[in-house]
Amino acid sequence: MLSRQILRNIARGSSARRVGGVRLLSQSKITSFATNAAESNSGANATVVIGNAQAPDGSAITLKTASRDESLFGTRPIYLDVQATTPTDPRVLDKMMEFYTGLYGNPHSSTHSYGWETEKEVEKARSYIADVINADPKEIIFTSGATESNNMSIKGVPRFYKKTKNHIITTQTEHKCVLDSARHLQDEGYEVTYLPVNEEGLISLDDLKKAIRKETCLVSVMAVNNEIGVIQPLKEIGQICRSKKIFFHTDAAQAYGKIDIDVNEMNIDLLSISSHKIYGPKGIGACYVRRRPRVRLDPIITGGGQERGLRSGTLAPPLVAGFGEAARIMKQDMKYDQEYIHRLSEKLKKGLLSIPSTQLNGSLDPASQYPGCVNISFAYIEGESLLMALKDIALSSGSACTSASLEPSYVLHALGADDALAHSSIRFGIGRFTTEAEIDYVVAAIQERVDFLRKMSPLWEMVQEGIDLNTIEWSGH
Amino acid sequence: MTTSKQILVLYKQLLEKAYKFDNYNFREFAKRKVTDSFKANKGLSDSEAITNFYNQGILDLAMLTRQTTISQMYTFEKLVVEPLKRQR
Repeated sequence: MLSRQILRNIARGSSARRVGGVRLLSQSKITSFATNAAESNSGANATVVIGNAQAPDGSAITLKTASRDESLFGTRPIYLDVQATTPTDPRVLDKMMEFYTGLYGNPHSSTHSYGWETEKEVEKARSYIADVINADPKEIIFTSGATESNNMSIKGVPRFYKKTKNHIITTQTEHKCVLDSARHLQDEGYEVTYLPVNEEGLISLDDLKKAIRKETCLVSVMAVNNEIGVIQPLKEIGQICRSKKIFFHTDAAQAYGKIDIDVNEMNIDLLSISSHKIYGPKGIGACYVRRRPRVRLDPIITGGGQERGLRSGTLAPPLVAGFGEAARIMKQDMKYDQEYIHRLSEKLKKGLLSIPSTQLNGSLDPASQYPGCVNISFAYIEGESLLMALKDIALSSGSACTSASLEPSYVLHALGADDALAHSSIRFGIGRFTTEAEIDYVVAAIQERVDFLRKMSPLWEMVQEGIDLNTIEWSGH
Repeated sequence: MTTSKQILVLYKQLLEKAYKFDNYNFREFAKRKVTDSFKANKGLSDSEAITNFYNQGILDLAMLTRQTTISQMYTFEKLVVEPLKRQR
């Protein structure tokens, strides 16, 4: 008993001392922190609040809710750039996991079951991908993405037919990889016609008919534009091409699974698909290459003769299976997703176009406009400065490939927009995972910040006073 | 034969799992998808169709269990539209 009590006392005493020690230590820490804080406060008294756009000193304009109270809400921006890439669907990841854990065989190994099981899955994925566009599974060639598919089609077909034909037709609003492939062909001595587009972004079928020569071997027109979401008249273009026996290629990276495409009904001969635009894994895509009537092309990558000899190299079963699952889900949920995206898109457009001096870029006809891509110009504001003021929303003023440069979008230029309008436009992308609360937040945030930036802008002041900006003679420095 | 009680239990279980996604967008999508697909298939009367729907739901439940676990293992900052939980 006694010894126990002594032990307890010792224990108590020591713990008390420890507590005291901690207290002492923490007190001294607090004082040292306090002095540090005081020093830093006095040193940097005039610094601006970080992360918030601030009006110049002395102005009455304020941006009250530039960012929400960080102690109540998160800080990660809302993702509204689904034209650049989409999040991987959990259902797709679930399909891919088994290929990173158990099914690791090479699908081209035909001597053992490891190869057979992955080959079976690859072929299943191929049929899912073909189903979306009503193609035959044998007509799907796996590539590394839509850029490779576009390169393969645009360089491959003219190179194969170079002895008899040397002319291709494309449009001014194509994606950079199509335009650059065409430029490479020009360097090799081919002739390229770039069709103009009207102010809605659509090509004229008469222009196309006039541009066709007897040396023309390929027409390439993108299905859905990546910047303004305009749907080109694929069926009519396909008919014209088929009647003249010209191959028709379409870049459907933004269209695949999102609008109805039937390669047989639309007479499409080559079609580029990207997996990461349909909630699939990055690093894989496909090219549809028609078999009847057969499209012949010169492959860019040669080797073991996989994929009908058009694209050699071992397939990546995890990516292929993920891509296939993404395509299957796109087809299964197409109606459901389309309705949802349409509803959110209407809400966003209504909210943003209620701001004065805004303009929707793209087609007004719902049949030739994909609702998931909303491109709006905010006059008298620099698009990049609006993006800087919108740190809490992940947006882009155009294609991700060109967003590093401050040059205005060539797509908007092709529509006939002037520099100022092209500079002040922003693209909003709505996808399967965008929520209604996010759209509400975005509408409120943009309304407020456009108002804020315009109040700072002398141009806006002049416009409000009734001065026509075009009459001003700007003096150069 | 699938009873209406079994269906109700499955619905509750699916919804419970959907709430477990750490990722805001996936969570909201899963909740919406579960309720909407049960609503859309409310009028199923063919017993074979009901069984198929039920079996698909069981597979989805397994998928949701795996994916919510993964979502909870790899977490990121909360979005600006997401209220943070009160810390005690």
